[in-house]
Amino acid sequence: MISPETSPPRSSSQSPRSPPAAPFLSISVTDPVKLGNGVQAYISYRVITRTNLPEFQGPEKIVIRRYSDFVWLHDRLAEKYKGIFIPPLPEKSAVEKFRFSTEFIEMRRQALDIFINRIASHPELKQSEDLRTFLQEDEETMERARSQETGIFKKPADLIQIFKDVQTKVSDVVLGKEKPVEETDPEYEKLKHYIFGLEDHLAETQKQAFRLVKRHRELGQSLSDFGKAMKLLGACEGNSLGKVFSELGAKSELLSIKLQKEAHNLLMNFEEPLKDYVRAVQSIKVTFADRANAFRQHCELAETTKLKEINLDKLNLMRSDKVREAEMEYRELKAESEQATRRFETIVRLMNEEIVRFQEQKTADMGLAFHQFAKGQAKLANDIADAWRSVLPKIEACSVSSPHG
Amino acid sequence: MGMDAFLGFASIWARKEREIVARSDAAASDCRTAMPSSLPSDVDPLLFPTPRGGDAPSPSSSSFLEPPSYADVVFSPFESSNGASDQGPFLRLDASPRSARAAASDYLRIAVSDPQTEVEAANSLVPGGTTYVTYLITTRVRPGSDDAGPEFSVRRRFRDVVTLADRLAEAYRGFFIPPRPDKNLVDSQIMQKHKFVEHRRLALEKYLRRLAEHPVIGKSDELRVFLQAKGKLPLPTTTDVASRMMNGAVRLPKQLFGEWAAAQVAPQDIVQPAKGGRDLLRIFKELKQALVNDWGGVKPSVVEDKEFLERKEKMQDLERQLTPASQQAEALIRSQQDVSEIMGGLGLTFIKLIKFETEETVYSSQRIRAADTKNVATAAVKASRLYQELNAHTVKHLDTLHEYLGLTIAARSAFSDRTSTLLTVQTLMSDLTTLNTRVEKLEAASSKIFGGDRSRLRKVDELRETIRVTEDAKSCAIREYERIKKNNRNELDRLDREKHDDFLSMLKGFVINQVGYSEKIASVWATIAEETSRYARDNN
Repeated sequence: MISPETSPPRSSSQSPRSPPAAPFLSISVTDPVKLGNGVQAYISYRVITRTNLPEFQGPEKIVIRRYSDFVWLHDRLAEKYKGIFIPPLPEKSAVEKFRFSTEFIEMRRQALDIFINRIASHPELKQSEDLRTFLQEDEETMERARSQETGIFKKPADLIQIFKDVQTKVSDVVLGKEKPVEETDPEYEKLKHYIFGLEDHLAETQKQAFRLVKRHRELGQSLSDFGKAMKLLGACEGNSLGKVFSELGAKSELLSIKLQKEAHNLLMNFEEPLKDYVRAVQSIKVTFADRANAFRQHCELAETTKLKEINLDKLNLMRSDKVREAEMEYRELKAESEQATRRFETIVRLMNEEIVRFQEQKTADMGLAFHQFAKGQAKLANDIADAWRSVLPKIEACSVSSPHG
Repeated sequence: MGMDAFLGFASIWARKEREIVARSDAAASDCRTAMPSSLPSDVDPLLFPTPRGGDAPSPSSSSFLEPPSYADVVFSPFESSNGASDQGPFLRLDASPRSARAAASDYLRIAVSDPQTEVEAANSLVPGGTTYVTYLITTRVRPGSDDAGPEFSVRRRFRDVVTLADRLAEAYRGFFIPPRPDKNLVDSQIMQKHKFVEHRRLALEKYLRRLAEHPVIGKSDELRVFLQAKGKLPLPTTTDVASRMMNGAVRLPKQLFGEWAAAQVAPQDIVQPAKGGRDLLRIFKELKQALVNDWGGVKPSVVEDKEFLERKEKMQDLERQLTPASQQAEALIRSQQDVSEIMGGLGLTFIKLIKFETEETVYSSQRIRAADTKNVATAAVKASRLYQELNAHTVKHLDTLHEYLGLTIAARSAFSDRTSTLLTVQTLMSDLTTLNTRVEKLEAASSKIFGGDRSRLRKVDELRETIRVTEDAKSCAIREYERIKKNNRNELDRLDREKHDDFLSMLKGFVINQVGYSEKIASVWATIAEETSRYARDNN
């Protein structure tokens, strides 16, 4: 599905008689560059957009973006597209030292590239205006947009949400309900159980994959040291036997380099996809939370609307002069309740579609990861066999010659 | 430490793996081959493949490899000419020079097994008693050698092994005696006891086998008695330490006060090095002689020959190179073992994941993914097993490095026997020169007095007696020195001959195994890469 490399752009010069090109939007995140000094240093990336879609400013656009810009985009999409599994971002780095290591930067670049392209190929998300802002606006506009979102108490939308949650809890207590309201749909339960369990299993797998990378590196180191020791031993042995030792040592050192290469390949093309899988599942968990919130709101608003209706009927019977006011309130509340219900139902619908997409995407991603893994291991094993095989002629020569030679 | 740790891991690992694999349907069909958790230790790894049950090499392997395929060499089915398909404990193959030498030994096979804890006997000072471990030592004797009975079993404790080693060191000076296993480390934790006992058992087995393979020591009485005498080991635990101590304490004053004859060291004792004993005066004298050798103006009349010194230097050089080589070999084996374990762990983790996902599959894409994952998991487990087997062979081959390191250390000891004997010879010769000079002086002084000086002449007689005894000692010492020189030379020649063959055999075995197993592992992964290649195509 999504490859880390860009698909080749269409030729810009097309004969007028050729059929209109299919719409495409392809983005690449490249050229990490360290900017700034000291504590405030950061990495910037070139984001190159190639498209023939009319919504965009041209066939190609290049902007400079940093990690926090990607975070801004992610958060905006998460807010606006509830129900959709927003593609996950690579983690912030906790360890200061590691932040600027070549490996970390490359892993992050690759992950960001995959992130943005997934958004670009999602039928809903690709239409987002925030995406267009991200891909096209200059850095100052970007920075302004980003700083609007940051504040001590997070975004205003979050604040409202927190307030609503508190309100809900209070009304729960008032109405005598202590348990939070949850869906009882068995399909939903199954899915929830699946997602939560999946995260644990995947995390375990990813850890093992990471350990495998480390062990490859260690084996490379051991082999290199072993090779050096063999060479020294050869130097103090006799003629042809000494040569065999030296050859053994040389091959060991050669294989050590190949092992380090394979370790890197494993990291980028096997461990990272597994980590990505874990992140994706965590993103799904966020959607579950959104759904639960939406459900609660829908339930509570339905409840309060009902109460208001009963109250209104009562007032009507009593021919109170508060009827007008009550009726207006009731109508407002009903609209809100219907909105909440609609929001909830949208989320449910979207989630059902997303789950299918998710499963398919993951099968493809994992398939590719397995392929890279197997290919790398096969190549490594072959290289090892070839290297050692080449020593055999020297060994044969040694057996034939005089033992004291 | 590498081999035993490895074997310990191998058995635990294989068991754990079998448990989880057996529980999972997905993997059971592919992973049911019964793999022995440790390889037989007697068999030559070059020709003996591990019996692998029904696991035939994948059909792609023959086209995959160019002739000659070492995978075939390593994995060819076990010929019936070697007898039973699973190794008999008494099998010997001629392929390696080492096994040819082993076959010439009087002892066909020595096995150390069945460690048992026993309580120290009642004369223990500590209330409650201390414990020690005994091992069962089973020996099979080559038919035709003098002792009756094809097989012996005795129980020995480690202290007995130390005794054996000490007696051999005394009786076989100048020989390269394989070094015995180390004594108890200071901080062997109780938790590690089981591992420690296993480690020691293995080390004892190796030690005894090496002794048996030595052309001279293998035929020694000390070894025979150790392996065959039932009950308590009938070897003296020390050479007369008590009496030496007594004698030394008694002798010194006598020597100082000039009562030479009574206090003279007995000729047969001269063949033992001064340092181990309690003859203090002798120690002082030899020390003085050593200083004179180094700093004095006159060179002693008997010195080491150049050829020996060159060979000794080469041996030291070899020791210097073998030390890191031996260590790095251990590290390499540990690293290979680590990779194997994690690979297997990865496979098992995938299998657990599949189980979870297939509890209720909803989507077809899930099923496809589960099938893909299963293939990869199976491959990972297979590869892990192959790595383990490869490692088992590697352990055996690279053991040659440890063995020769031990030999260079043994050589050092053999050379120091020689050096100390030479020093004794030189000291005695200095003694004689001194004594003779004194006799001359006394005689000259005595002749000036008419009729002779009775007291001086009596002194001369005493001195002459001392000279006679010293001459005897000198002859003894020289004989011993020549004997040790001969032993050194024979051992050096033997080592040169065998080292070449053994090293070559080690390198060949190591390389062939690496090639064979790597080819096998490559073909396992190539299959998976092929099966998943459609995902790469889709991407492009």
